[in-house]
Amino acid sequence: MTWVSDHFGQLLQVSGQHLVLALLPVLIGFVLSVPLGWVAHRWRLARTILIPLSGLLYTIPSLALFVVMPALIGTRILDPLNVQVALTIYTIALLVRSVADALDAVPGHVVAAANAMGFGQLRRFFTVDLPLSVPVLTAGVRVAAVTNISLASIGAIIGVESLGSFLTEGFNRTNYPEIIAGIVAILVLALVVDALLLLVGKLITPWTRATRGASKGASA
Amino acid sequence: MIEFRDVTKRYPDGTVAVDELSLSVEAGTITVFVGPSGCGKTTSLRMVNRMIEATSGQVLVDGQDVAKQKPAQLRRGIGYVIQQAGLFPHRTVLDNVATVPLLSGWSKAKARTRASELLELVGLPVEFGKRYPAQLSGGQQQRVGVARALAADPPILLMDEPFSAVDPVVREGLQDELLRLQAELDKTIVFVTHDIDEAIKLGEKVAVFRVGGKLAQYAEPAELLRAPADEFVSSFVGRDRGYRGLGFLSADGIAVEQLETVPVGAAVPTTNDWVLVVDGERKPVGWLRPGSSSTVDGTVTADGLEPGGSLYDVEGGNGTTGSLRSAMDAALSSPSGHGVAVDGSGAVVGRVSAESVLAALSKAREQAATA
Repeated sequence: MTWVSDHFGQLLQVSGQHLVLALLPVLIGFVLSVPLGWVAHRWRLARTILIPLSGLLYTIPSLALFVVMPALIGTRILDPLNVQVALTIYTIALLVRSVADALDAVPGHVVAAANAMGFGQLRRFFTVDLPLSVPVLTAGVRVAAVTNISLASIGAIIGVESLGSFLTEGFNRTNYPEIIAGIVAILVLALVVDALLLLVGKLITPWTRATRGASKGASA
Repeated sequence: MIEFRDVTKRYPDGTVAVDELSLSVEAGTITVFVGPSGCGKTTSLRMVNRMIEATSGQVLVDGQDVAKQKPAQLRRGIGYVIQQAGLFPHRTVLDNVATVPLLSGWSKAKARTRASELLELVGLPVEFGKRYPAQLSGGQQQRVGVARALAADPPILLMDEPFSAVDPVVREGLQDELLRLQAELDKTIVFVTHDIDEAIKLGEKVAVFRVGGKLAQYAEPAELLRAPADEFVSSFVGRDRGYRGLGFLSADGIAVEQLETVPVGAAVPTTNDWVLVVDGERKPVGWLRPGSSSTVDGTVTADGLEPGGSLYDVEGGNGTTGSLRSAMDAALSSPSGHGVAVDGSGAVVGRVSAESVLAALSKAREQAATA
């Protein structure tokens, strides 16, 4: 415990770094997954290519991907970008399927009604299809976020600083409090982020809590 | 007016959904497309607003070929009511109804005011506007669907099996509501259903489709019942078409004979016939069987009476209430064989008999023959 109180400031600062390292890829990966998922949802051929491909990407071991990144994108060995790009790829691998499934789950009669009322393609996507996908998408984003928080630690092995650095350093120095502090910090981050995403997902989908008999204020 | 000119829809695999359809839908009327599944009725409907494109032929709306119009623009001018309502689950009822006005560029305030008016028009309390569709019953959702289709006041309304997902009682209420609305709004409505009774009740003209997308008959419902074009139509129209045809003949002039009635609490009359027991407002309560024991100290009580049958409304002007069918049904369903005739307030005015209905029917036939 004395190690934690002595290094509390450092723990906080690295936690911040760790979050950026793990979550920026979630954001970017999400933005890229939406059009890819839409393509997979829209055309069967695209789906039969994109979904297995993303599954395949996900099976690449993270350490291997971190190590080959500089060769692929021309970065320096110690560049955090190596980890971020790799984590973005994992996010896309997870979310393309989520987006496609979420769009598939939008009820056909709702889509038909939107078309019949004269929605343009793009407008319908952003005001009907996407909002209705949020519940399924939230589940996918939560998995991606938690996965990335855990994977970001591995970046420490190739020298990109994260909460994982406490583990590598702790092992080198046989400093158990440091190792445990690192593990606990990663766990706490993952749990907090997951809970926050769950909460945000609920807040932006008030209609999912609206059921007959449980209407707000009004009675019938 | 909507006009189909030799319209064919053929899918790449060779199936023909609609085969050389030619018919015109008159402005300001309800036209029903009816037929078994796979007959192309929904496909035909959806070619009007280009949700499906015709393979050949033309669909004209007010003389303009729809193929030459932008789909989104075209659709904003044509109301569409879909099965299960197709409401946006993530938007409040009010925002659902305001959808097309907002798409057409109205201000938010104006669109919402209009949406509230429409909720009232379809018989929903304005407070429902704040709810989400999941908080409404199926019938209420369908009303919202109709309100949404009417929001931008389009001259044309396409209705694709709109009432098929609700239970029969609710469906009947929605059908009556649609007829009431139409009397007020005078839209050109194309209504698709697989239910011939619904078609006959709602349609001023009915188009019967057969499997393979061929038009079998296009006629007024009375005509359809009286003279089905072929065996397919007659079997599709169903067994009781003779009886149902009575619904299109007015019972005006049918003899309403005197009927003996007795108020509750009065002395039991001495008669060998059935006696109708009425309440203080002369509304029917039930029948007193000849020699019945439903009496206490010789006066009539409401207990133990035979329940009455359907009522024939002599003033009924709307729908089938004042028809020979309702007169016949009153006679057939009454335990005494006397059909009870009531006025607009529900008070008994006399009796009608099956014989008088048959007499009126043969008179109507004679008139039709000489006309």
